Order: sequence, then structure tokens, then C-alpha cells
Amino acid sequence: MTDFIWLVIALPLAGAVFLHFFGRYVKEPLSGWLASAAIGGAFVVSAVAAVPFIQGGAEPVTISLWEWMPAIGASFELLWDPLAALMALVVTGVGTLIHVFAIGYMHGDERFHRFFTNLNLFAASMLTLVLAGNYAMLFLGWELVGLCSYLLIGFWYTRTTAAAAAKKAFIVNRIGDFGFMIGLMLVFTVFGTLSFAGVFERAAEELTGGMATAIGLLLLVGAAGKSAQIPLYVWLPDAMEGPTPVSALIHAATMVTAGVYVIARSAPIYEFTPVASIVVASVGALTAIWAASIALAQRDIKKVLAYSTISQLGFMFLAVGARAYVAGVFHLMTHAFFKALLFLGAGSVIHSMSDEQDMHRMGGLMRKMPLTAATMAVGALALAGIPPLAGFWSKDEILAADFARGGWYYFLWIIGLVTALLTAFYIARLWVLVFYGEPRWQEDAHPHESPRVMTLPLVALAFLSVVGGLVNTPFRLGLEHFLEPSFEGVHIQEAPTDWLTLGILAALSILAAVVGVGAGVLAYKRPPERWRRFEESFEPLWGTWELAYGVDDLYGRTLVLPGRRLAEAAAFSVDAKVVDGAVNGVGRLVRGAGDWARPLQTGFVRNYGVLFLAGALVVVVWLVASG
Amino acid sequence: MGKRMVETVIFVVAAVAALAGAVTVVLARNPIYSAVGLLGTLFSVATLSVVQLAPLVAAVQVIVYAGAVMTLFLFVIMLIGVDKEETRVEPLPRQRMWVGILAGAVILFAAGAALSGEFVWVPAAATAIDQDATNGTIQAVAEPLFTDWVLAFEATALLLTIAAAGAVVLAQFKRKRA
Amino acid sequence: MVPVGWYMALAAALFLIGALGMLLRRNALVMFMCIELMLNAVNLTLISAGRAMNDLNGQVAVFFILVVAAAEVVVGLAIIVAIFRRRATASVDELSELRG
Repeated sequence: MTDFIWLVIALPLAGAVFLHFFGRYVKEPLSGWLASAAIGGAFVVSAVAAVPFIQGGAEPVTISLWEWMPAIGASFELLWDPLAALMALVVTGVGTLIHVFAIGYMHGDERFHRFFTNLNLFAASMLTLVLAGNYAMLFLGWELVGLCSYLLIGFWYTRTTAAAAAKKAFIVNRIGDFGFMIGLMLVFTVFGTLSFAGVFERAAEELTGGMATAIGLLLLVGAAGKSAQIPLYVWLPDAMEGPTPVSALIHAATMVTAGVYVIARSAPIYEFTPVASIVVASVGALTAIWAASIALAQRDIKKVLAYSTISQLGFMFLAVGARAYVAGVFHLMTHAFFKALLFLGAGSVIHSMSDEQDMHRMGGLMRKMPLTAATMAVGALALAGIPPLAGFWSKDEILAADFARGGWYYFLWIIGLVTALLTAFYIARLWVLVFYGEPRWQEDAHPHESPRVMTLPLVALAFLSVVGGLVNTPFRLGLEHFLEPSFEGVHIQEAPTDWLTLGILAALSILAAVVGVGAGVLAYKRPPERWRRFEESFEPLWGTWELAYGVDDLYGRTLVLPGRRLAEAAAFSVDAKVVDGAVNGVGRLVRGAGDWARPLQTGFVRNYGVLFLAGALVVVVWLVASG
Repeated sequence: MGKRMVETVIFVVAAVAALAGAVTVVLARNPIYSAVGLLGTLFSVATLSVVQLAPLVAAVQVIVYAGAVMTLFLFVIMLIGVDKEETRVEPLPRQRMWVGILAGAVILFAAGAALSGEFVWVPAAATAIDQDATNGTIQAVAEPLFTDWVLAFEATALLLTIAAAGAVVLAQFKRKRA
Repeated sequence: MVPVGWYMALAAALFLIGALGMLLRRNALVMFMCIELMLNAVNLTLISAGRAMNDLNGQVAVFFILVVAAAEVVVGLAIIVAIFRRRATASVDELSELRG
């Protein structure tokens, strides 16, 4: 089956192409099912092809499809190793569930087919990214997912806010891509090739510390753009303008994890640069606590989840920055489960509340939407890190690994712990505000449970959120063994092995989670006046959090405005006056020359005759003179 | 007195006649006079051709040029009734000035060429004239005409046909007049 | 024996007179006659040069020039007649529509 790995990319790609041309002739739900079948097929292929790795002992395989740019060692080649397999399974598995959910969510939309075209295209692009065998192909997938993100965020393009958000996402990503590209150029300069095999095998000989640090930091810039870390995270909250399945798939489970994947994949390079690793981890930790604090005070249900994603991505960066690659990828997987679940659940709520997203206008939905409420509770507890749900195992492994690393990482561990507490608080707040207590919704809202096509994926994801963590517990490090072939030659930071330290660390994490959840529930199960006063008591801090520290405003004033002034100057002064002036000036020059030469054309043959003969005379003189 | 002397005398007479005819063409006010002047020049050139042992060319010149072409000219002059005189006033500004400059330049050039001493009229001239080789009898001229230059010969035949047809088309009367 | 230079000089003079005539006369027919003058001057040149080079091809060339000149006269006069019918003038100065 490994020979057919290209099917994993080809199936969703074929789906996208087919729906692009023929989607409008296919009746509504059928196009959605087709798209889901395409990505479901990709999941099956990945699963079958991953079996050798699960059994253990299989070697990573590189499959070359065709030559692309031999001069820089870039060809269409796929690398199928445990890490790629894991990523492919997560993308296709969660992706299929989200596709199915979207059939219900996007029902009635007039561009239903286009939505699934773009979703399938996204899946194909993301799979290109994770299955790439060299940096060039990875970058190709990287850019394509950026494009699909733009298309899907701006899916309802008639809304100016949506169009602006799509542009913002693309542009901020581009800034990250700039650093990424320079990093790739450095890789090429040092190694003369971009293929993973070529680079990683020779990393030890060719790489100096300085160069490794430079590459590591530049790749971080790209990863920070794609994975929404400080300072390039500002696009993700705005990206919530897109339909909720898009938020679930792209901005929670898959695309944003690309940055983490790249750093994990480049582990052999980071091996040689402790400096870059510390920077990665610090950026992650800082982003985690920054975003968690913002999430505390948001009113929009999707914004809470958006900032939560940024925060959890910070955790993943914290992991890979401490060389705990397995822990980071593990958290990537579990996060995909419960964050997709939370987003889809939010989608279910929004859909039934006729697109209401303000949590202050929800409440008591538990009675109207019991299944959604239950599954979201599972997701919330998983996110908070309550054992034995998935989130606990992965988050705890990250924190333990950081603690074990020591030095500066102690400090980061503390930040992580505090963030875990905040995480538990805000997600409890979310659940209580939405589902508990007395209804606060408007008269015209008629909340109802969502149809089965939407609730079944929720149940599936809830199941995964419960059992997903058991693949890598300290009692049985299944995932770690699974991923071993991908990290050959790389030192992986592991959690402490002695049960005492491990136990104390786990207890601290559990304590943080429980305290957070408890505080959240207690604060918000009271009537609205009480918790409003509770929020006000934190002013002015609460207001700052609600405004996301005013970062967007800051960027607007320091970067966007000068940029716009520069563009205006260039357009209206330089272009209009200098360039147009030169071009028009040439025109005027030509016309002037024409006016000056026109009198020669008198229309009289005899005048022309004089010119003829004069010319003939010149020729004769010349001929005679030259012998 | 001998052959040389004869040739020189004939040359001088014919040259004077030719130049006189040419000047008449240019200066005569009545176009009929110009035509007659041209006729004189043509005969003179024919004479000079005969002296240079090109009898066929001279004969053809007299028959075709002086005979047919000039007759045609005279017919047209009569037909379109321009035997009136032309005024001497030059309507185009500065035309005479430019022509004068041009003529002056040519004469200067010619004088300069002649005086430079290096000027040769025919650079590829042979040292002695072979009378037989340059004797332009009918047989002698016909030979290269029908062997080396037969293609051009046929082409000129075609040319004449086309010219005749073209002239008919150009000058025909338009029958449909309301 | 008249030197070939004399013939050539005569031909050159005829040519120059024809050229100047063409530039100075307004009557289309007279201009045409000056062109014929120039052609004759060329004929003379060819015959003389051919004689000087012991080559009969000079006369062959003259032959062809005569033919072409005849054809040219035919067509040219037809054009002048056609123009005269349109505009009742044979002065080339009236035909200045390409001015500008």
C-alpha cells in the first residue's frame, strides 16, 4: 500500500477538481458526500499504509513521483514515515468528520458546492505539506494551505469583514513566509539540496552552530506566521469570520499545526542550536499565557476558542522548543480532537441559534441541545486537562518534559502551569455561559438540537477526546515507540521517569485544572448580575483582556498606516508624476518631432524630386570616393 | 583626315545637336516645342550609337523611340489640349533655389572629380578596343539576347502585354453616365 | 578615336539637363519627356562603356531599357490622361493631396 501513498493527496485533489467543474450539476447534499468520501478514502489509504509502522520495525519510505527542479534537489517526492503517517491520519480522520458535519451546517447555502471544492482542495494541500519529502514541496503545500485558508475565510465574501479577514490572514502569513523562505535559502546554501534525506543525513557534518541558529530562527518566523504565535497571531481571531467548519478544520486541527510540524520535522537541525530551541519554547510559552488571558474576557464564543487555539499552539511550541518532539506532536493530535469537537459544537450552537455568537445572549441551552451540551462538556474537560481525558496526558507530558529540561525551562514550566489554570477557567466559563442557567436569548431565536449529520461527528470526536490520550501514557509510551524511526539520531527530551517526580508534577497539573474548572463554574453559575460584577471587579485588567491588549490597534498605527501613506505617495506622486510624466513626455516628444518634420511632406512631386536627386548625388559621391 | 577625324566631327555635331535638343525640352514654353527638341536629341543619340558600332540599337531607337513613343507623346499632347503655354512664374517657394543648389553641387563634384586626376570614366576598360567583339550587328546582339538573357527577354514580352492592358484599363471611357 | 570620356561626359550632361528639367517644369508631359531624356543619357553611357570594355552586353542592356521605357511611357501617359479627365489640368502642382 505504500506505493499508493500518493492516493492520499490525489483523492481529495480529484474531489476538488471534479467539484470545481461539475459541482453545480450535482444536487446539494451529494456534493458534500462526494467530498467526504474523497477524504474518507484518503483516511483509509493512510490507515492501511500506516499498519507497518504500528507493527513496528518498518523503515521510512521515500517515493519519488517526478523531477521538478533537479538543480535544487526538489522533486515531487513523498516521505512516508511514522510522523507523516500520524499527521496524515489526523488530517484525514478529523477532516472527514468535519466534512460530514459541514454537510449539515452549510445546508441551504447557495455556494454549497464551492465550499466543498475548497475544503477538498485544502485537504489535498495540507496532505502535500505533511507528506512532502523535501522542503520545496513542503513549501508548496504551505503556500497552498494559505491560499485555501484565504478562500475559505472569505467564503462569504460579500461581507466586508470576511473579505478583510481573509486578506489579513494571507498577508500576515506572507510575512512569516518571508522568513521561512530565507531559512530555506540558507538550508540550500549549506547543504546544496532541499530534500529531507539529503539535509538531515549530513546535518552533523555541514552545519555550524551559527548557521543552525539562523535557520532555526527563520523557520520559527514562518512557523509563527502559520501557527499564530506572537507576534503574528493577529489573523487567527479575525479568521473566525469564516464558516465554523472552516474554523474547526483549518484553524484548530490542521493548518495551524503546520508550524509545529515543520519544527518537529527539522529536529535534526534544531539539534545543533540550543539557542533557537530556547527561543521557540519561550515564544510558545509567552503566546500561551498571553492568549489565555485574552480568552478569559471574550464574549464571542468563537473568539474564545480562537484564542484558546493560539494558546494551545503555544503549548506545542513549548514542547518542540524543549526538544520534546513526541510530546508536542502528541498534543497536536489530542488538541485536534477536542478543539475540533469544541468548534463543531459551537457551530452546532450557532447554527441552532440562527447565527448568534454572543455568549451573553445564550444560556440554558442544555435543555434544548442535550447531545451538543454533553459532547462539548467532554471537549471542555479534555481541554482543561482533566484526567483520564486526552488533553491531560498530552499537556502533562509537555509540562513534565519542560520541568525535566531544567534551567530557563523551569520558568517556562511555571508559565505553562498558570496557563493551564487559566485555560480551565475560560473553558468552564464558556460552557456554563452557553449551556447552564436561565435562558438569555432573544425572542426570535428557536434553539433546537442539530440534525444527526451534525451530531454524529460530535459524538465521534468526543469518543476520541476520551480515549485518544491513552496512546501515550507514562504506563505505556505507545506513541513514542511509534515515532521513533522519524527521530533517529535526535535527542528527544522525555518526561522524568521516576514515579515520584512524575506524580508530583501530575498532581500539580490536575490541581490547576480542577481549580480552574471549579472557579469558572462557581463564578458563572450565578445569575448574570453577579458574574457581571465579578468581571467588573477585575477592571481595568478585564477590559484590556477583552480588547486583546489592543495589539491590532497598535499594528494598525505603527505598520498599516505608514504602509498606506507610503503606497499613496508612491501611487499619486511617483507613479502619476514621474512615471506617467516620463511616458507622456515621450509621447509629447514624438509628436513634437513629427510636427517639426511634417513640413517636408509638401505634397508636390517636384519637391520630392529634389530630395531624390540629392540623395542620388550623395550615393554617387560616396561610391566614387570609395573607389 | 581619316577615320579618326570623321568620328570626331560626327561626335561634335551630334553632341551639339543633342544638347540643343535637351535644352529645348527644358526651356520651351510650348510642349510641342519640347517634343520636337526631344526628337532631335533622340536622333543624335542614335547617330552616336551608329558611330560606336551599335547599329541595331540605333535602328530600334529610331523606330521605337523616335517613331512610336514620340508619336504617342504628341498624340496625348494634342488630345488633352495642353498645347497652351506655361507661365514662367514658379509657384512653389524656394524650389528654384534648391534646384540651383543641387545643380551647383553636381557641377562642383564633377569638377572636383575631373581635377583630382584619379578619376577614371570606366575603371574596367580594356587597353584596346576589339572591333569585332563590340560590333553590334543583329547576329551579334541576338546571340547573348537569346541565350544568356532569354529569361529577361521573355519577361519583357510579358511586361509589354501587361503595360498595354493596363493602359487600356486606365484610360477607358466610362460607359455608364446617368 | 574619340576617347570614351567624351561620350560619358556628354551623357552626364544630358542626364543633368533632364534632371533639372524635371524639377523645374510643371507640365506633366514635359516632365515625362525629361525622364525620357535621362533614359537616353543612360543608354549612351551603356553603349560607350560596353565598347570600352569590349563587352556586347552593354548593347543588350540598352535593348532592354528601350523596351521598358516604351512600356513605361504607355502606362504613364494613360495615367496622365486619366488624371486630366478627372481634374482638367496637367500641372503636377495641382496634385498635392498627400500634403501634410
